[in-house]
Amino acid sequence: MVSEATNTLKKSVFWDWMTTVDHKKIAILYLLAGTLFFLKAGLMAVIFRIQLIAPEMEFISGQTFNEFITMHGTLMLFLAVTPIFFAFMNFVVPLQIGARDVAFPFVNALGFWLFFLGGLLLSLSWFFGGAPDAGWTSYVPLASREFGGVGIDFYVLGLQISGFGTLVSGINFIVTIINMRAPGMTMMRLPLFCWTTLLTSILIVFAFTPLAAGLALLMLDRIFDAQFFIPGEGGNVVIWQHIFWIFGHPEVYILVLPAFGMISEVIPAFSKKRLFGYTSMVFAVLIIAFLSFMVWMHHMFTVGIGPIANSIFAISTMTIAVPTGIKIFNWLFTMWGGKLTFNTAMIFAASFVPTFVLGGVTGVMLAMAPVDHLYHDTYFVVAHFHYIIVGGIVLGIFAALFYWYPKMFGHKLNETLGMIMFWLFYIGFHLTFFIQHILGLVGMPRRVYTYLEGQGMDTMNFISTIGAFLMAVAVIILIINIVYSALKSEPVTVDDPWDARTLEWATHTPVPEYNFAQTPQVRSLDPVFYEKIHGNGKMKPAEPLDDIHMPSGSILPFFISLGLFIAGFGFISFHLDLFISPYVLIAIGGIVTFGSMGLRSMQTDHGYHISKETVEEMEKELS
Amino acid sequence: MADTADLSKGLPTNPEKATLEGKNKFLGMFVFLAGEVTMFATFFGTYLGLRDGTAGGPEPADLFQLPLVFIMTMILLTSSLTSVLAVYAMKKNQFQKLKLWMWVTFLLGVSFLSLEIYEFVEYYEHGLGYTSSAFASSFYTLVGLHGAHVLFGLGWILLLLLRYRGTGVTLSNAPKFYAFSLYWHFIDVVWVFIFTVVYLMGIGA
Repeated sequence: MVSEATNTLKKSVFWDWMTTVDHKKIAILYLLAGTLFFLKAGLMAVIFRIQLIAPEMEFISGQTFNEFITMHGTLMLFLAVTPIFFAFMNFVVPLQIGARDVAFPFVNALGFWLFFLGGLLLSLSWFFGGAPDAGWTSYVPLASREFGGVGIDFYVLGLQISGFGTLVSGINFIVTIINMRAPGMTMMRLPLFCWTTLLTSILIVFAFTPLAAGLALLMLDRIFDAQFFIPGEGGNVVIWQHIFWIFGHPEVYILVLPAFGMISEVIPAFSKKRLFGYTSMVFAVLIIAFLSFMVWMHHMFTVGIGPIANSIFAISTMTIAVPTGIKIFNWLFTMWGGKLTFNTAMIFAASFVPTFVLGGVTGVMLAMAPVDHLYHDTYFVVAHFHYIIVGGIVLGIFAALFYWYPKMFGHKLNETLGMIMFWLFYIGFHLTFFIQHILGLVGMPRRVYTYLEGQGMDTMNFISTIGAFLMAVAVIILIINIVYSALKSEPVTVDDPWDARTLEWATHTPVPEYNFAQTPQVRSLDPVFYEKIHGNGKMKPAEPLDDIHMPSGSILPFFISLGLFIAGFGFISFHLDLFISPYVLIAIGGIVTFGSMGLRSMQTDHGYHISKETVEEMEKELS
Repeated sequence: MADTADLSKGLPTNPEKATLEGKNKFLGMFVFLAGEVTMFATFFGTYLGLRDGTAGGPEPADLFQLPLVFIMTMILLTSSLTSVLAVYAMKKNQFQKLKLWMWVTFLLGVSFLSLEIYEFVEYYEHGLGYTSSAFASSFYTLVGLHGAHVLFGLGWILLLLLRYRGTGVTLSNAPKFYAFSLYWHFIDVVWVFIFTVVYLMGIGA
């Protein structure tokens, strides 16, 4: 944890965290909030797997099942995985490029609070007539005003608010990576995690805005009786599917690219080799990011768009396998001939490679439009995207967690518990999802809450549920590990506990609030490794020691987000029977949000300076 | 990374990009506008998909009056020009001129918005309510979203003009006026597309 010694301003702990604009603290807020949503969504998965453990179970009702699968998908994608990535991006990217903070610290805090309060608004649905139940894709007409319950209103407005947060954070990362790099840190010396963060952020800017538009359309349809999706009034339901997937497919890459980046950091560090084919890795991510906007219609092969469109989108989808294949081979060749250390971080990263290949192969299978009619809406699809999301993204997150934990919290996670967790999770994962491919092929439809006996699905579902239990146990062991390590682990006092390669390991542990006392001069790719070989192991400074300018904290990001939360709830309350008029809530929310924005515009805030003497003192204390 | 610039020889030629903060704002604004482009593109796509869905209600050709739209277009294009003149004055450190042209921009924006409200009221009286048909919903949403952007821009420039009424051009306010002018041009470009896609195609078809 960022200790008191690394702070110069004295504030109460609560006020400090509410007003912080420090990218390292915002990272920890993201990590905590993301983990909470992750646990909630994971618990839902365990419960609906119990429902499916045997034919015709009545553990939960069909309605609850629908709400759980919807919330499981929505929470995992928007409110668990994305924020956990933002946690690592926030913490690591400024350190890796040698910056003191992100480009817009205030916007960074705003992004967090928008995400968090948006997620909270979505979760409030449980207390007001039930969660959204139309699947994470919320297809109309199922989600239209005629058929969808009030839960969909929470879905639309909660995601709209948290989507704003994701969008502004994306803009912030783009500007940070382009403008804030240390001297000598050229684009082609950027660590791959920074490259993938940059491209993920670009995808966010171009994908979350169509989502915002789509959610606005659905909201207008549901709350203000617009006719976009009502065929009888000239509307068209397929428009929703197009808009959703124009967002939805890039979203997959928004999530998987940072995982690629994490793996590309962990594997070289524990292979003691520089990343094989750095340039081709960069171009592969660029191509993947570009193609991700060219493939959305492969989610709609069965809608009936026509054979020409289907063929074009089938081919463009298969094309993505090429740059992805380049990456897979580069990871293998990085490990090839390296001095490998298989600790928990590395074993998670290494196991990512074959698992992700399995997900990729089924992806190419699904891209074949004619056979997709067979796979569509079966457990084959469920198995495919869980191989990408759990087998790819979550394994990447665990690798990154074990790898960056000492820099973030000042101690390592326990390796024994880590290994136990890895094997439970890895076996549990394949047990749960591999068999679902076959379940899909024998015809089990997704999103149906039960099935009949004697259709050849009983044993496979049983096995799948057992696997889900193993994964749940693994996550519980991770939590035990976190608590155990916080109490028992030796504090890490060295800057570079893994003998790693990139610039974040040149900062002190714990990282002081100004990151680098002097901005480092970068002389190569893998700068820390370069200085270990060609220099004295320390980064050369690019500037003399001087007073350091810092941004001031502010409570306004919280209030801007709170206003939108209240206004969003106001819009939803058109469909609720409350004691207070929706217009009052919307007015209050609008005043709070725009008032805070106006207040921010009127403030003159030049931040504050940490004096040269304080910096010297802190540096001495930390080294 | 210079937080401050050397002012001993007066303001630099490009005061909006002289500091790192200014550069960040400049790039951040462009990225934001890139996102806005895709958002508007989505609404344009929706409109194009639904403009024939009139459900027996009024159709585009029954409603749109080119003279009014022409005047609105001219007003908005002119306001874009005046914001350029304002930025031009800013670069030459002529603060009074900057303020003057920004106020002209503001007033032109207000008159555009008033005409748009008048236009919507007219359509409503001709029987085109927001919920009349899919065409009506998508038309009001697209054009109304543009109007909301104009409104936001007006509030923005008003705050800037009030806050900096007596300060002169500084390195901290130059990026803000510049960011506003970028936003204002963007609104203008969107309107050009609305003029073509909504009005010309609506009447010509």
